[in-house]
Amino acid sequence: MDHAPARPRSFQEIILRLQTYWAAQGCAMLQPYDMEVGAGTFHPATTLRALGTRPWAAAYVQPSRRPTDGRYGENPNRLQHYYQYQVLIKPSPPDLQALYLGSLAAIGIDLALHDVRFVEDDWESPTLGAWGLGWEVWCDGMEVSQFTYFQQVGGHDCHPVSGELTYGLERLAMYVLGADHVMEMPFNDPDAPIPLRYGDVFRQAEEEYSRFNFDVANTEVLLDHFEEAEAECAAILAAPAEDPRTGKRIVMAHPAYDQCIKASHIFNLLDARGVISVTERQTYIGRVRALARMCADAFVQTEAGGLAD
Amino acid sequence: MPDLLIELFSEEIPARMQARAAEDLRARMTDALVEAGLTYAGAVAFATPRRLALTVQGLSAASPTLREERKGPRVDAPEKAIEGFLRGAGVSREDLEIRNEKKGRVYVATVTRPGRPAAEIVAEELEKLIRSFPWPKSMRWGSGSLRWVRPLHSILCILTDEGGGAQVVEMEVDGIRAGNLTRGHRFTAPDAFSVVSFDDYTAKLKRAHVVLDADERAGAIWHDATNRAFAAGFEVVEDRGLLAEVAGLVEWPVVLMGEIGDDFLDLPAEVLQTSMREHQKFFSVRNPATGQIERFVTVANIEAADHGATILAGNQKVLAARLSDAKFFWENDLRTVREKGLEGMAEGLRDVTFHNKLGSQADRVERIAALAREIAPLVGAKPDLAAEAARVCKADLQSEMVGEFPELQGVMGRYYAQAAGLAPEIAAACEEHYKPLGPGDTVPSAPVSVAVALADKIDTLAGFWAIDEKPTGSKDPYALRRAALGVIRLVLGNGLRVNLTDLFESHFATRDAGTLAPFFDDAYLAKIIDLLAFLHDRLKVHLRDEGIRHDVIDACLSLDGSAPAGATPGNDDLTLLVHRARALGDFLKTDDGENLLQGFKRANNILRQAEEKDGVEYSYGADVKFAETDEERALFAALDRAEPQITQALEAEDFAAAMAAMAALRAPIDAFFDAVQVNADNAVIRRNRLNLLNRIRTICLQAADLTQVAG
Repeated sequence: MDHAPARPRSFQEIILRLQTYWAAQGCAMLQPYDMEVGAGTFHPATTLRALGTRPWAAAYVQPSRRPTDGRYGENPNRLQHYYQYQVLIKPSPPDLQALYLGSLAAIGIDLALHDVRFVEDDWESPTLGAWGLGWEVWCDGMEVSQFTYFQQVGGHDCHPVSGELTYGLERLAMYVLGADHVMEMPFNDPDAPIPLRYGDVFRQAEEEYSRFNFDVANTEVLLDHFEEAEAECAAILAAPAEDPRTGKRIVMAHPAYDQCIKASHIFNLLDARGVISVTERQTYIGRVRALARMCADAFVQTEAGGLAD
Repeated sequence: MPDLLIELFSEEIPARMQARAAEDLRARMTDALVEAGLTYAGAVAFATPRRLALTVQGLSAASPTLREERKGPRVDAPEKAIEGFLRGAGVSREDLEIRNEKKGRVYVATVTRPGRPAAEIVAEELEKLIRSFPWPKSMRWGSGSLRWVRPLHSILCILTDEGGGAQVVEMEVDGIRAGNLTRGHRFTAPDAFSVVSFDDYTAKLKRAHVVLDADERAGAIWHDATNRAFAAGFEVVEDRGLLAEVAGLVEWPVVLMGEIGDDFLDLPAEVLQTSMREHQKFFSVRNPATGQIERFVTVANIEAADHGATILAGNQKVLAARLSDAKFFWENDLRTVREKGLEGMAEGLRDVTFHNKLGSQADRVERIAALAREIAPLVGAKPDLAAEAARVCKADLQSEMVGEFPELQGVMGRYYAQAAGLAPEIAAACEEHYKPLGPGDTVPSAPVSVAVALADKIDTLAGFWAIDEKPTGSKDPYALRRAALGVIRLVLGNGLRVNLTDLFESHFATRDAGTLAPFFDDAYLAKIIDLLAFLHDRLKVHLRDEGIRHDVIDACLSLDGSAPAGATPGNDDLTLLVHRARALGDFLKTDDGENLLQGFKRANNILRQAEEKDGVEYSYGADVKFAETDEERALFAALDRAEPQITQALEAEDFAAAMAAMAALRAPIDAFFDAVQVNADNAVIRRNRLNLLNRIRTICLQAADLTQVAG
């Protein structure tokens, strides 16, 4: 077993090492998607690219928002805004587990000293109509990643199957860096001229968004937005495939999917505001899933979705 | 006689599926080998997180050559029929024999099926087995179409002959070629190595830090865990389910013991245990001096250079974060209870749907409270106390702790009821009203607990019967069979005398309790009768385990004979029903009982035939003055004696005494049938004898409908 490199010293160094590692494995280094999402999976580079037959390999950091997890910046582990590191490779390579373990070594986890385990955890996203089998990966009893072989996305069987890795960056970094409170974790190098901790960067925003999410977000406006996004998604997909301007066949799966992402995030906000009852909850999830399904149907009708293959 | 060794090496198999998968591998593979004509001496299968393995000892080297005769058509049959026969049997006309049979001269073909070498059969059957393996959930990976529980990486399949030589069985599934290679521990022995036999396989695996046998892993874990705890003056809390699960998470178990931080020692023991078991798969370690959970045992999968110091420190840190959450929930819940009481905690139940046709959890609680109040006097509880307990019994469903750990429902209710300063009976009912949860669970006996437990279950049953959501086949999403068994065990376990249909009926009719009222319509009586029949079915299953036969219970159920079992008065008093069934069952096991049953059946048969033939019912009183023989007179006397005894005993519900009085009839009835011809030529005497038989029938049917009893 290779000896692990020196331990990283900051949150950003862990991200940089993951980037370097996965770039070396041949992944395209993508940037975060420019919309509010609940998890890295929502990035079209995962949701849409897991569909169709074309090979794919991408990695990226995705800021993720979970309004109900806001704790005003006080809880040592919980945040309403946090980062996920996401890797998606299609078809899943036979040595994906070994590749993944290599990434742990790259961020300073010595696999001869730690206890890394693959513990059954089947992933399902009811809003995306997606599911897969895999594990949560434990390091010394702590969940550090989700490891999933996608079986279905947007109601479509995945052929070939993508392997998806999701790292909860803050939690993983806290463990590697030995931080007890997320806000205390060094964000950049502690010896930098201006050393910044995670809290220096995010505490203010956490506090503000916690208040906003729980008590201020205008639920009537949000309910309207939800309806609008839903209608817009359907309208985009209802447009005829042939573009009158260029005369080309252009199915607009991506713009429609943006509306699906929007609806999903608005639903999360409404949930945090506590205005959705248990029974309504299922209905809303079903409505978002219907959008995701329509977008998936559309994507496989595009060139990138493998229509020509 | 070679030995066969198979290993299917994959990515991590879920712990809960391993034992079953090993058994499926053994049973399916050996069945297939035998079906293909091979024999074997023994077979054992194993599972670890990364492999399923099977050893079959003493396998025959080849299947035998089989010769089989097939009869064909007559020699004068149409040409087409003969050609068809030749095709089917795979022989040519010269090979046919002609034989004289009853139907004429027919063709006979001798078909030879040559034996096949074991390797060929194994290759074929193993591929079939892999492609059709019954995983509870399986998946595809990469670009392939093969399904396995997780990606399958390699197949080891060898036949080892008596001299120790090994032969790889040639086979391939979706590009995976079988070989003689396997790998050891993922981190400490990752390189491939070859094996020549099962013994070689297990020995090399062990050197490569893999213990193949799950029982051996579990045994080692338990041994090390208890030793470590003992050395520190502690004891490990036994948990077999967890032990089996943990044994399925490691190939090379390494036991480590750590401390629970002082901050968390005042959390309820159940919370510590549940949090550690569910989240971390830790065993709880108790200090026998204090009775508290103070340490934990975790099982790592690796022997680390620092003897597990890093691993333990990491686990301890994760545990502290988990328990901080639990402590946060516990303290928040206690604050809620102190400020708003348990009823305050329960307020949110109004917003939780129980079932869309049966209202919210709050509606349900109201119904349970009304019913608990009604049941209370029947079980010796104070009505107000039972109703109060029912109103708070579901409050903990709204607590943060139960939100996190649903399995702590009831337990937390008890703690929070205590914290709210409620009566101890109420606190106990909060925990115990869920019981009994299964056939092995204890039955509560405290009156308030019993009242609420019964009310809870009856409300569930009546509710789902009201909306026609009954269990069908293997589908029972609302666990109604368990609820029914709960009612049965609560009633029998406490010797309760309640008429369940009265409770069902008033539950339907209780208008102030809300949501069942819409179902109080024309159909409700039929639903109640159907529900009671369902309880009777569950009762039969329950009593079967006690050795009371179905037909004996049926005999006690259909006393009225004509009415459906559910509608017969008294059948909803399960305690009475079971006393009767038990007495009858015991009686029928005796010689007297067995003979009396035969006597009854004989009397009943003669009567039925006579009644059918004559078109009348012989129920008019028989008169001793028409008796001709001593045996007849003796039977009259015996019946005169027994009748009042039996009636009296039955009225007093002393079924043993009733059966004893019936036993006294056995000898006179036997003697009567031996000596007397019922269908006498003299019509008067015949009628009198038939009427005498009717007395036997009536007396017996008073105790039970013996026509239902087999034998």
